[in-house]
Amino acid sequence: MDCRRALSLMHGYLDRELDLTTRFAVEQHLADCPTCREISQQQQALSAALGAQARYHRARPALAAGIRSALDVIDATSGTTMRQTPRWLSLAASVVFAAFIGSSITYWLAGTAPEELLAREVIASHVRAQMVAGRLTDISSSDSHTVKPWFNGKLDFAPPVLDLTTQGFPLVGGRLEYLTNRPVAALVYRHRQHLIQLYVWPAVDRPDTALHALTRQGYQVYYWSDATMHYWAISDLNAEALKSFCKLLQEHAAAGPVARATRGLPGPEDLS
Amino acid sequence: MLPHLDAAYNLARWLLRNDADADDVTQEACVRAYRFFDSFHGGNAKTWLLTIVRHACYTWLKQHRAEKSTMPFDEQQHSSNGNEPDDGITPFSASPETLCLQDADRRLLHQCLEGLPLEFREALVLRELEGLSYKEISAVMEVPIGTVMSRLARGRGLLQQQLTGYSRQEA
Repeated sequence: MDCRRALSLMHGYLDRELDLTTRFAVEQHLADCPTCREISQQQQALSAALGAQARYHRARPALAAGIRSALDVIDATSGTTMRQTPRWLSLAASVVFAAFIGSSITYWLAGTAPEELLAREVIASHVRAQMVAGRLTDISSSDSHTVKPWFNGKLDFAPPVLDLTTQGFPLVGGRLEYLTNRPVAALVYRHRQHLIQLYVWPAVDRPDTALHALTRQGYQVYYWSDATMHYWAISDLNAEALKSFCKLLQEHAAAGPVARATRGLPGPEDLS
Repeated sequence: MLPHLDAAYNLARWLLRNDADADDVTQEACVRAYRFFDSFHGGNAKTWLLTIVRHACYTWLKQHRAEKSTMPFDEQQHSSNGNEPDDGITPFSASPETLCLQDADRRLLHQCLEGLPLEFREALVLRELEGLSYKEISAVMEVPIGTVMSRLARGRGLLQQQLTGYSRQEA
């Protein structure tokens, strides 16, 4: 550090406002440079003199009294009690506040948005499936006519299984998974080197057909519903590619009678 | 209870340099501040009050056009070297005449500080008398922290020059 830099930092140093590294650098320079050290001592002495000897003007009691009476006049004329909040009001406020905090904590503990909870389940499932070799698929096939019937008798619904090879999303296989307290179909697709898992289960409530996106722990998650099914897709793909995958599924569902596949029965074979 | 009233008055008194004016402005500013305490949303109550007081002082000074430096600062006269770029650092040569500030006459110190241009005076008062951090001063004066540091540097430099000048005259 040269003198010019040291001098520019001198006041920050004397006022103890520098970060540790810079402070040490200035300290080092002061140890080495007698001129700067001299200046630093001068400035320090000046600060000390100011702190010790310059007059601190304290407010006279009359000023405080004047302010108080002015505030009292305002209170009296406006009829408000801004300064002296009634005791019952403070009490009520603290009760409300406590209730608010309490309910916030309850909400936080118990009421985390269902989508968020489900997202955690989906991510956990997606990660676990890839941790152990052979866990990813119970049925490995790129043929949708092999994968789809495999679910018969294992699920009480027929998940739509699509052949999207030409669109760049070949099927890898499927397996059973357990989400939201029910067995669901997990379909595994691939896009280049990236795995996509699509979780499907029947929609019981009013479907939210909009496509929703989430990003958690580096994974892209999309979810939507149609008249019969809920869909959650997760992948380490980029958002755009995964979104186009989801759009394809939505288009297929909208195009055919597939979407209205009767629950509990195998879907029509024209599904693929 | 009127919190930080002393701090408010001290700032006003140093900015306005007159007891009666400082009383009036502090009272007006504090009444407003305490009354509208509702508008204070957390943070530092002291800097909040000081900001209001400072604004009131500046308004008062503008209206009364009273702010004239009692010791006008002459760049030429006070600069040891006219060509040197002013970076807020006092060119200082350690000499036998160097003022020993610990013994500085209280009255002289007072006079020199009151004579500083407003922006340096308020920075020094907030730092040396009120003991505020750079961050707090930056909030009160509504300038970046870097500006706080350069104003303090400049203010201290000026103050030292003036003190040295006076002690030479007296010698």
